[in-house]
Amino acid sequence: MLRGNPDLMREVQKEMTEPTGLQVDSVLARYVLGLGDDALIYAQRLGEWISRAPQIEEDMALGNIGLDLLGQARALLTRAGELDGTGRNEDQLAYFRDEREFRNVHLVEQDWGDFGDEMARLLWFSAYAAELYARLVASTDETVAGVAHKAVKEVAYHRDHARQWVVRLGDGTQVSHERMQSALERVAPFVDELFVEDPASTAAAQAGVGVRPSELREAATKFVTDTVSEATLTMPDEPKRHARGGRDGIHSSIMGYLLAEMQHIARSHPDAKTW
Amino acid sequence: MYGTDFVDPNEPLNAAEGGALDAVVDQATTRGKGGDFDELIATDKRIEPRDAMPDDYRKTLIRQIAQHAHSEIIGMQPEGNWITRAPSLRRKAILMAKVQDEAGHGLYLYSAAETLGVDRAELLDKLHSGRQRYSSIFNYPTLTWADAGAIGWLVDGAAIMNQVPLCRCSYGPYARAMIRVCKEESFHQRQGFDILWTLVRGTDGQQAMAQDAANRWWWPSLMMFGPPDTGEAAKGGHTEQSMAWGIKRFSNDELRQKFIDMTVPQAQKLGLTLPDPDLRWNEERGHWDFGEIDWDEFKAVLRGDGACNDQRIAHRLAAHNDGAWVREAATAYADKSSAREEGAVA
Amino acid sequence: MSTKQGERSWPLWEVFVRGKRGLSHVHAGSLHAPDAQMALRNARDLYTRRQEGVSLWVVKADNITASSPDERESFFDPAGDKVYRHPTFYDVPDDVEYL
Repeated sequence: MLRGNPDLMREVQKEMTEPTGLQVDSVLARYVLGLGDDALIYAQRLGEWISRAPQIEEDMALGNIGLDLLGQARALLTRAGELDGTGRNEDQLAYFRDEREFRNVHLVEQDWGDFGDEMARLLWFSAYAAELYARLVASTDETVAGVAHKAVKEVAYHRDHARQWVVRLGDGTQVSHERMQSALERVAPFVDELFVEDPASTAAAQAGVGVRPSELREAATKFVTDTVSEATLTMPDEPKRHARGGRDGIHSSIMGYLLAEMQHIARSHPDAKTW
Repeated sequence: MYGTDFVDPNEPLNAAEGGALDAVVDQATTRGKGGDFDELIATDKRIEPRDAMPDDYRKTLIRQIAQHAHSEIIGMQPEGNWITRAPSLRRKAILMAKVQDEAGHGLYLYSAAETLGVDRAELLDKLHSGRQRYSSIFNYPTLTWADAGAIGWLVDGAAIMNQVPLCRCSYGPYARAMIRVCKEESFHQRQGFDILWTLVRGTDGQQAMAQDAANRWWWPSLMMFGPPDTGEAAKGGHTEQSMAWGIKRFSNDELRQKFIDMTVPQAQKLGLTLPDPDLRWNEERGHWDFGEIDWDEFKAVLRGDGACNDQRIAHRLAAHNDGAWVREAATAYADKSSAREEGAVA
Repeated sequence: MSTKQGERSWPLWEVFVRGKRGLSHVHAGSLHAPDAQMALRNARDLYTRRQEGVSLWVVKADNITASSPDERESFFDPAGDKVYRHPTFYDVPDDVEYL
């Protein structure tokens, strides 16, 4: 419905990129979009693993996790499209936004490619998501509460999967111990952003729709710290660099390539109504 | 619709489940003496893992089941590379689930092969070093999104045609694995048809994409049934022995014809042409006649001269080798854990 | 190019699935896993992704003791003539109910 209406599209883009003067619904839309984009972009990265995992059983596991996240993303993007008043559906939001309009954190878009890195990312992300969805079941937005109700079970499994692997890699061989330790270090600069407040999350928390990310930090960090200690690893020192700005559409340079790959078929056929 | 004449997977698996005490009584009173391979085969009973069986039967099964498993694992790649590019989130989810199923099917089949006394690692090693094959179809490239549709419709369609009779294969674990596989495969074929059904009703570009995919995948999918094995061609092949053993139930040629007869009307429904000028209904035979299959191309691809032979094995090998440190770590951890448990007990 | 040699493979586990409450666990197949915890999780991902189960058992294949086909006759045939163990062995007059 937006296609073919460049004026409306420009309006929407303007609204989505300028944080000032937003209506309440738009702020909430932005918050929900952030949650949806986290799930979508991480599902995209997990989709790359299938047929590349260390054992075929792990292809199955990563596939299941990817499918869970994709399901969350679809429901959340659909809701964001309703809230922002544009009526954009999940595909219009996933395929026809540019990089600056994506609201995901930097953590999920990285392309390290090592299994240890992936488990370090999954550990942090699912530890965060488990705390997040445990609280969002009480969201005043019915859709968000519904997604959370389902997601809370899913991410508990993801978190357990990550924990099992981090422990085995940390307390496995000398080689795996070192690789897992350096994976934790590589992921560290991207952790803080998960727990940083932005105007949308603050407003969403005030409206009872969302949660302040800072509230999740302690419990999520405890889960990771416990896992790292069980794995005979050590928590990395505070990194010099901290990724910032994902919620405002500021991304790593790799993000453009991810989107190019994800979106190019849909964008090559702008007149296609359905696939 | 796509062939479901396999054993009902929901039939009771044990007495408690079925509640059919009478059946147990019947079975108890009519149980054959069993044990004798030829007698079991002759009476169409299943051979189970620990039964005595001819060496060649075992070898044939290991080879066939392994190749089948390898095909599932390598088969993850041509569609797997479209997961990241699927043009809608619904299609992305379906494709991810489908490719994941292929991994699952590979595992069911390796698990069946392992009941014959081989280790999966040994079979994978043979795949990696080229000593065992996988289906040649996966050496063709997937060039456009429509290929994801054509693979589901044609390649999975042909696979199901091959696999349904295997649900009645004489070797129990293989037959049971195939029941599970067939039940899941029918979703694969339908989603493929559904992709094409959507494309052919879409824009000119989408329609052209669908037709191009049908053009490229039609002949290779007919080759999936293997070379002719009836009439003169039957001499010297494995078909006769495999049929006698109840491993194979229909000849390659019968299955191919059945597939063509089933698929041509579907192509008509889709409004797609199939790239065979000789394709016409033969009233007398009650079958579709079709043109000459290019068996030279088939042999060339089998020899390694397909577009993707090297790429498929390299990809698989990279996954295996990149994951070695992970597998070793898990083994080391398991050793340490059991040592710790023993220590705690002592 | 070839596979790295000398790697010890993960042990084989047999998987049993309870399809729904009230039913026994039934053998579903096998898989490879480094230990019992991972075997359970792999079994969940492999054998219950279409809601096929509500409970799982995994047993290391090495720990299963199976009867041998050679012993089949001495094990199972002697039960064949004990037909009096089954209710259908007994004739009951037509007008007797609840028996």
